[in-house]
Amino acid sequence: MPIHQIATVTKAEKENGIVTTLTFDTPLSHAQPGQFVMLWLPGFDEKPYGVAGVSPLRISVGARGPFSKKLCGMEKGDRVWLRGPYGKGFELKGKKILLVGGGYGFGPLRFLAEVARKRKVSATAICGARSKGLLMLPAACKTIFTTDDGSAGTKGNVLVAMKELLAKERFDVVYTCGPERMMSAVAYEAKAHKAGCQLLLERYMKCGIGICGHCCIGDKLVCIDGPMFGLEILENPEFCKVWRTKTGKRVPI
Amino acid sequence: MGVQSCPKEYMPHRTKGAFMLETTLCGIKLRNPLILASGIRGNSAGLLIRAGKEGAGAATSKSCSLLPHEGHANPTMVDIDGTYINAIGLSNPGVDDEIYEIREAVAKAGIPIIASFYAGKVSDFAAVAARISEAKPAMLEVDISCPSRKDALFSSYAKDASEVCLAVRDATSIPFSAKLSPDVPNIGEIARACVASGASCITAINTIGGMYIDAHARHAVLANSFGGISGAAIKPVALKSVYLVRKAIGPEVPIIGTGGVFTGIDAIEMLMAGATCVGVGTAIATRKESAPFKAIAQEMESFMKKEGYRKLADLKLQE
Ligand SMILES: Cc1cc2nc3c(=O)[nH]c(=O)nc-3n(C[C@H](O)[C@H](O)[C@H](O)COP(=O)(O)OP(=O)(O)OC[C@H]3O[C@@H](n4cnc5c(N)ncnc54)[C@H](O)[C@@H]3O)c2cc1C
Ligand SMILES: Cc1cc2nc3c(=O)[nH]c(=O)nc-3n(C[C@H](O)[C@H](O)[C@H](O)COP(=O)(O)O)c2cc1C
Ligand code: FES
Repeated sequence: MPIHQIATVTKAEKENGIVTTLTFDTPLSHAQPGQFVMLWLPGFDEKPYGVAGVSPLRISVGARGPFSKKLCGMEKGDRVWLRGPYGKGFELKGKKILLVGGGYGFGPLRFLAEVARKRKVSATAICGARSKGLLMLPAACKTIFTTDDGSAGTKGNVLVAMKELLAKERFDVVYTCGPERMMSAVAYEAKAHKAGCQLLLERYMKCGIGICGHCCIGDKLVCIDGPMFGLEILENPEFCKVWRTKTGKRVPI
Repeated sequence: MGVQSCPKEYMPHRTKGAFMLETTLCGIKLRNPLILASGIRGNSAGLLIRAGKEGAGAATSKSCSLLPHEGHANPTMVDIDGTYINAIGLSNPGVDDEIYEIREAVAKAGIPIIASFYAGKVSDFAAVAARISEAKPAMLEVDISCPSRKDALFSSYAKDASEVCLAVRDATSIPFSAKLSPDVPNIGEIARACVASGASCITAINTIGGMYIDAHARHAVLANSFGGISGAAIKPVALKSVYLVRKAIGPEVPIIGTGGVFTGIDAIEMLMAGATCVGVGTAIATRKESAPFKAIAQEMESFMKKEGYRKLADLKLQE
């Protein structure tokens, strides 16, 4: 059995100036929101991407460096090789949940919204961006948009909208995916309102299966202990502080 | 394997577990002989400390070099039906950063830390050995199963292996183990050369060279094309290598027997082949327990109790 399975792009959707969402011809039915796959472009590289939908498989990619740009440039019929799903995904808990994210991080949250709808859990989403041209498409639930410049939705960042919402309504769990500092602020806000919180973390990954140790954050491994972490991650000495480069060198976030 | 395989006098004295796995390696006391192998979850202080919490007797850090190394592009490691192959490419932040991780691990892990390192030339081995020794690890491990020049490893030839060991011996006063590749016809001879050149211990084995190809992709799976196999598949080679090394270096010099150990019984077999301690790598990720070393140690203990062994030194093959 080959380790990688092949998936062919059936649709490449430009969601905004940065993010492209790829839809593939294969399902990945056993994957949970928050889990990731390792996408391999033979002869080029292999990197982790969060699952943004499973029937069929969807992935939201933000164009950053060479690999992600290549993925964003893919067209119908192009093939990728993938292994996974790996890691611990979101745990759907409670009756009423809040999803907070922005950029490609909103992909896995939209997948969670779909699952919540199927399980009859009430979900609300907050999706933020710097400006209108960078917003993601809405989730399968009530979606509040925010932009830093006020060009669409509420003016300000996701935290502004989150504070407004939490002043009026109670949520059991807040799910968040996006830049680490944003997630940190979201988690503290959730904690202050006595809600649970689940965050999706990223660190440089090599094996993706808990052997090489490269994706460590403190004594945790993002690829197997995460990428989903609960509020306990706020106590981790490297959370929001240390990122490790491809060599493993500590650099400040 | 029956009860008759262990000395009769031990049968009535089934000691309580806690101490029966205690052992000594190069004068260092270990609570059990299970050692986290280099390159497996050992590239940060946090992870080395975690190995201690998970029950390891000692932990080896990821091999570091004089300068930082990014290693190979991904894929760097894949698992095909339990046979793992990797070509991480010895990525590490370089000794100047590594020293910080080792210092912190030495201070906080509560178990002996073995600092592993490698180099591309003999003088660099000495330089890294001297520098990493400043962090005061209990022991060093010199990974000589890394490329020396095109198509060869330092551990491919007794002469190269011995040159490295002599250089390391002169650069540090900390005891060191030489880590050998099994991809040679004469591992015993190479081990003997290392010991004669100052190595206080032998670690055997590193991964075995191998390659996977994806037919649909028409590409080698590893970005480096080939890499090293680890996990259950390599246990027979590891056992044979340890057995041959023991024969070659005599009964006194310790051996860290590494390769394909997943269970307590595997570890016992490694000791019977001639190892003093047992390196555990790939299994750490595949065993699902939250404390894999503790689980393996418990399996060792229950085997020993059941079969009537009282101490590790009694785990020997029958004459
Ligand atoms: C669990 C996880 C899930 C992810 N999910 C998504 C997703 O759904 N969508 C998305 O667009 N991106 C996702 N990423 C990030 C993605 O893996 C790439 O890092 C990103 O696409 C940039 O790669 P690049 O080669 O284009 O850029 P580069 O210029 O090479 O790198 C840009 C940044 O990405 C980091 N990075 C590069 N390679 C890796 C790697 N192998 N592992 C982790 N970080 C790396 C670098 O440190 C740098 O900070 C995820 C990362 C992780 C760890
Ligand atoms: C991902 C990975 C990285 C490794 N890196 C190193 C290394 O840096 N230095 C070293 O001496 N051995 C390294 N090894 C070899 C292991 O220490 C060990 O010898 C080998 O994996 C066999 O043991 P196992 O079957 O228990 O994994 C590495 C192995 C793996 C799987
Ligand atoms: S990426 Fe290798 S341990 Fe997480």
